Amino acid sequence: MVKAKSAYSTPGKQGKFDTHIIVVWVDNETGVLARVVGLFSSRGYSIESLAVAEIDPKLNISRITIVTTGTPQVIEQIKLQLKKLVPVHKVADFKREDKNVIFKEMALLKVVGNNSKRKKAIKACKKYNVVILDKTNKSVVIQITALRREIDKVTKNLKPLGLVSTSRTGAVAMTRGAKVFK
Amino acid sequence: MGKLYSGAEIVFKCLEDQKVEYIFGYPGGAVLPIYDELKNHSSIKHILVRHEQGAGHAAEGYARSSCKPGVVLVTSGPGVTNVVTALTDAYMDSVPLVCISGQVPTHLIGTDAFQECDTTGITRPCTKHNWLVKDPKDLSKIIHEAFKVATTGRPGPVLVDIPKDIQFAKAKYFPPKKEKKLNGKLLTKFSQKDIDQLIDLMSKAKKPVFYTGGGVINSGPKASQLLRQLVNLTGFPITSTLQGLGAFPGDDNQFIGMLGMHGTYEANNAMHDCDLLINIGARFDDRITGKIDEFSPRSKKVHIDIDPSSINKIIKVDLSIVGDVAEVISSTIKSLKKKNLNLEKSNKQKISKWWEQIQKWRTKKSLDFINSDKLIKPQHAVQRLYELTKNKDTYITTEVGQHQMWAAQHYKFDKPNRWMTSGGLGTMGYGLPAAVGVQVAHPNKLVVDIAGEASVLMTMQEMSTAVQYSLPIKIFILNNEYMGMVRQWQELLHEKNYSESYTAALPDFVKLAEAYGCVGIRAKTPDELDDKIIEMINTDRPVIFDCMVDKEENCFPMIPSGKPHNQMLLGPKDQKENKITGKGKTLV
Repeated sequence: MVKAKSAYSTPGKQGKFDTHIIVVWVDNETGVLARVVGLFSSRGYSIESLAVAEIDPKLNISRITIVTTGTPQVIEQIKLQLKKLVPVHKVADFKREDKNVIFKEMALLKVVGNNSKRKKAIKACKKYNVVILDKTNKSVVIQITALRREIDKVTKNLKPLGLVSTSRTGAVAMTRGAKVFK
Repeated sequence: MGKLYSGAEIVFKCLEDQKVEYIFGYPGGAVLPIYDELKNHSSIKHILVRHEQGAGHAAEGYARSSCKPGVVLVTSGPGVTNVVTALTDAYMDSVPLVCISGQVPTHLIGTDAFQECDTTGITRPCTKHNWLVKDPKDLSKIIHEAFKVATTGRPGPVLVDIPKDIQFAKAKYFPPKKEKKLNGKLLTKFSQKDIDQLIDLMSKAKKPVFYTGGGVINSGPKASQLLRQLVNLTGFPITSTLQGLGAFPGDDNQFIGMLGMHGTYEANNAMHDCDLLINIGARFDDRITGKIDEFSPRSKKVHIDIDPSSINKIIKVDLSIVGDVAEVISSTIKSLKKKNLNLEKSNKQKISKWWEQIQKWRTKKSLDFINSDKLIKPQHAVQRLYELTKNKDTYITTEVGQHQMWAAQHYKFDKPNRWMTSGGLGTMGYGLPAAVGVQVAHPNKLVVDIAGEASVLMTMQEMSTAVQYSLPIKIFILNNEYMGMVRQWQELLHEKNYSESYTAALPDFVKLAEAYGCVGIRAKTPDELDDKIIEMINTDRPVIFDCMVDKEENCFPMIPSGKPHNQMLLGPKDQKENKITGKGKTLV
């Protein structure tokens, strides 16, 4: 069998993969999200989750929060490439383990089943700021706010308890204290 | 109430305020209002091409030979998709280009209208930035912003998409904001500490080498002058990438030749064995580095670049200096003079041993070839062309392939902005329209496109443009009836399986030239070569020169895929010892 004949270069040693949360402040202009996401896809960087919304209607600034994994070299390239884009104002990079940053994600969980199953489901999410948004005699819609990994665990545990539908926002981040990222 | 202008008028007012003299374009339904306005602005001349890709490449040739942004005007739909190749080429080689495209009226966008396409979507990855104008009030601001983005920092292509109704709609005109005379350069980001570190490394080095690239050319002619001063001050050897040729005189003794996949033996060995590598305006492209983990293994590396994302992208460096090349070199020269470090004298001892080694490598004469008196060898043809044109301040463009490498190896440049070639994207068909653009920028100079017969057929239609505007470009075709570079790789890697690399059904280039209204000249033997070249130079009309060369000649030296710099193939005799195996085959 002939070996594959076209790659660009033999890859060097791979570094360790880290999870980073990249926050980008952009002008809220047409196509800016396509531009940022296109950068990730065209250079082969991963997007594990994405959260975006306008945060300053007067200045038309949106804040995009992307969770990505990569070696330190790749993460550095992502940041530099993002900074090159014309509508980008600033780029922040937080590691998942950073204690000075708050990370949160919200999820809506729909659980269908009998009373006891639903009660068990709500109990399983007790630690995570449970809010019951909807209740019928067959179903319940639960809102929880937690870290990404915790929501991963909850959805896994709720599957046997009647979880039929999950809607997640993706992680958002905010630094602790009074300082604002420049 | 300020005076109101139509969108089309605003476009021209912007171009006039940006001091644009030439637009390269092709009309169409979606840009009719702009073409209608053209007659009212005699300071801007329109060059009608025959294919929008030709417009893009012509604008590139214009931009690279004149240091001004090239302007392209195309219509919607197929007009835009035809120019995408040229935009991607400009993006890869950092050429400042402003492309204005028409678009269907705003109320028809998204309805699959006639000649509609998602212009901003398609050109998003291949431009520095692009805009879709939705409000005529924003038009002048956007066009001025487009010029600024295209020419500041690392130059690149931009696109402004203007729907047809916006071209008719009336709005006020806003002239460009008067910025401080930055000349398109970024505010300096580097510090004196960086310069001091660089000088410290230079004073300790025993085997230093300068590795320069397109960044020096992009920075302007001043950067090349400063580079020469620095090289003379330090006495270090200097090598250049394909795009950097001309920044330093090619026939100077301190220039050790182009480096990379088809670079000289001495340049590649110097890169491999050096202990200090100073990268000025180059990007460690894979054609240069070869096998990455064996690239220049024992050297300290310095990277001077205007684009921070280029630094540490592929090769990790020890000292990075972000800034415009001219400013960094100027700071370095000032600091060197202040410290009174006459490196050339103090380092002479250490460096003279290094120069001895380089001289030894030079004796290999890696660019030599077996000449013939029966067949024209392509390297010989380029050498003769060089000898007969070197005193005329000639501008050279090329297509892509073996002839491009031979042109880079055997034609020596001593000034910047004289060498236009598609490096990053490697677009066949670049040279002919680029020559048109160069001739438009320099009407009284000799412009030669060194071409291969396969490449030149891709954009041959632009000969009509040359004839229409009396642009006496010379298309010097090294005709070997093969796609030379592809055939060479097939010979070396794929056991001579010459699959689809033979250009069959070639036209008779002399008859083709006459059909277009130009002059056709053919050279078949080495004896008639010089006379025919002189005839070509003295013809004041566009010329297609069919130079029939040896069909089986290969381009050496060559760093075969998967090998590091110090294991090059030097010629047919070397091949038997250096077979390419396994992993090496997967590299392009």
